[in-house]
Amino acid sequence: MIKHLLSVTQLSPEAVTRILDTADSFREVGTRVIKKVPALRGRTVVNLFYEPSTRTRISFELAAKRLSADVINFTTSGSSVSKGESLKDTALTLQAMGADAIVIRHSSSGAPYTLTRWVDASVLNAGDGTHEHPTQALLDLYTIREHFPSFEGLRVAIVGDVLHSRVARSGTHVLTTMGAQVTLVGPPTLIPSEAASWGAAISHELDPVLPKLDVCYMLRVQRERQRQQYFPTVREYAMRFGLTRDRVGALPERALIMHPGPMNRGVEIASDVADLPQALITDQVTNGIAVRMALLYLMLGGEGAQEGTL
Amino acid sequence: MKTLFRGGRLIDPAAGRDEAVDVLVEDSLVAAVGDGVDGAGAEILDCDGLVVAPGLVDLHAHLREPGLEHKETVETGARAAAAGGFTAICAMPNTEPVADTTGVIMEVRARAEKAGLCDVLPAAAITRGLDGESLVEMGELADIGVRLFTDDHRSVQSSRVMRLALEYAKAFEVVICQHAQDDDLSEGWQMHEGQYSALLGLTGAPREAEEVTVARDLLLARLTGGRLHLTHLSSLGSVDAVRHARAAGTRVTADVTPHHLSLADEDLIEYDTNKKMNPPLRTPEDRSALQQGLAEGALDAVATDHAPHAVEEKEQEFDRSPPGTTGLETALAVVLTHVVEPGAMGLTRAVEVLSTAPARILGLEEHGGPVQPGRAANLTVFDPAAEWVVGERPFHSRGRNNAFLGLSLRGRVLHTMLRGEPTVRDGEPTR
Repeated sequence: MIKHLLSVTQLSPEAVTRILDTADSFREVGTRVIKKVPALRGRTVVNLFYEPSTRTRISFELAAKRLSADVINFTTSGSSVSKGESLKDTALTLQAMGADAIVIRHSSSGAPYTLTRWVDASVLNAGDGTHEHPTQALLDLYTIREHFPSFEGLRVAIVGDVLHSRVARSGTHVLTTMGAQVTLVGPPTLIPSEAASWGAAISHELDPVLPKLDVCYMLRVQRERQRQQYFPTVREYAMRFGLTRDRVGALPERALIMHPGPMNRGVEIASDVADLPQALITDQVTNGIAVRMALLYLMLGGEGAQEGTL
Repeated sequence: MKTLFRGGRLIDPAAGRDEAVDVLVEDSLVAAVGDGVDGAGAEILDCDGLVVAPGLVDLHAHLREPGLEHKETVETGARAAAAGGFTAICAMPNTEPVADTTGVIMEVRARAEKAGLCDVLPAAAITRGLDGESLVEMGELADIGVRLFTDDHRSVQSSRVMRLALEYAKAFEVVICQHAQDDDLSEGWQMHEGQYSALLGLTGAPREAEEVTVARDLLLARLTGGRLHLTHLSSLGSVDAVRHARAAGTRVTADVTPHHLSLADEDLIEYDTNKKMNPPLRTPEDRSALQQGLAEGALDAVATDHAPHAVEEKEQEFDRSPPGTTGLETALAVVLTHVVEPGAMGLTRAVEVLSTAPARILGLEEHGGPVQPGRAANLTVFDPAAEWVVGERPFHSRGRNNAFLGLSLRGRVLHTMLRGEPTVRDGEPTR
């Protein structure tokens, strides 16, 4: 059983499958009138968010609440952190208050690793800097699995700012671990030159990749990157890498369109494309709750969870 | 007062000597070197199985005083140096205020003299307040004995300023020391750019961020005939560039740190801030090239880049932590364990790069050997086989941020002597 979820590299294919299967059983809870099970009654989950986040924080909060855990939301604005408290002292405070799990979102890569040095609680990485976003990758896998029976040989393109994307790092690793063929697509300035060592193919053009895809995964492109001259203009970026209606026409009919959100409509994804039935953006959100329930349940050894299951 | 070091292996690169002999010290000087030296009236230290060497010399230590005493003081830094076998260290000028005037230099010297543990040679900045633009009063500083000028962690970016510094320095035969790093190419860096920066999601600085500045400065040294020293080189391309420039007659010397000789970017896999360095740890290939360059003489010296920080400064998120490791108390052991023991370099060369060569670069007549009658008794005695775990005994430095914390090293300093005065005896500082 893993104590902390810091990186998807900790997870074997068997562990991934176990998480997705567990999520399956929790997916149904969200469809009930009373969306709650008693699995983590009396346990305390702290959401420690050093970065603004809507969907991930709410998703974790709902996941914990649906498992009947007590949830504390600790955001940095208006807290001791805004008075200059260090991560260490915040950690020791949460430790003293008896947190069972700490879900951390932080702008610094590696902050969840650092946190584990000071707390006994399980630490769940909810996105650290430009490093990883393991729960996003798992919910994406879950969403894909709803449409394809196996990941083996599945062709997935991850398109955009791979260099600065924690979603791309976690996603590429976990997808290749599960047997999918990943192609990273973007201008050379936004694809780390070492990405080839991740077991992914690299393409600097989107169009030739489209016709064979099962999943076209679009990453958010921050306008800030244009100001830093990673690409000359947003217009040129959208023309070369934006998923337009025309490009959707080049995708196989079965292909899924995904995006971790929040979207820049009109930049990496055209507005009408985002609203197509094969665009699963809202499914990803719904599934996120079930996957995070599964992780909290398995990691905290909730009622009925087997020791050594994860 | 007489002290006899009996039966040790004297490694004295300046005299080309490596043999088991006795060394007798009387007052501040070496009195005799040879077999069966008469020890009548002397305190006798049995050095069987130990190495006797000229005191170590460090080109690059951050003593933090004045202004940053929560990290280190001249006294604690000098004590750490003595404990590590050093008898002379060059203090970096990035203090608050910056060591860019004679006043600050004199103050650091005064504190070092009061501590009496190690000769401290303050380096001065190249530019006032490390602004990269306005040269310090190099003539006046040279007149009071400053031998080395550096803006250290602030690499001089302007080619014009670097050219003028190298040129102007020629009048005083002083050394312009550069931490080579192009700020544009290393903007926002946290580690070496490569496989591990991509994996860890940390912004990388490529080797080329160092190499373009190394290449530029070598050309400027050729142009001006000025005396250039490149400090803590980290990349294989830098080693090659120095080798070629020197073969072509350029006046350049260079050093490398113990941590760049022993660690690599892959060691950052758990975001250990004690291994965050400036320049960053690079790949195992770079490390091999640095070891080879040092062994072959393309690189002249080992310099610690001793960079103490307060615990709370290092116990932070990786990108908020300042870079650097302490080094004075571990330098010798790291070189012995990670470079000499695997066979990349001999023990004599290790003493040369840790003592003789840096003493020559700083123009220190009294340090670095030769260990001969009539010369100042600046010596260190170490047990090359003694194994110890870093951190199991308290550090003498105020800094606890050592990259080798918890690791086992071989090579322990037992005695250090500064002009005949014991500064370390049986592994413990005498004051």
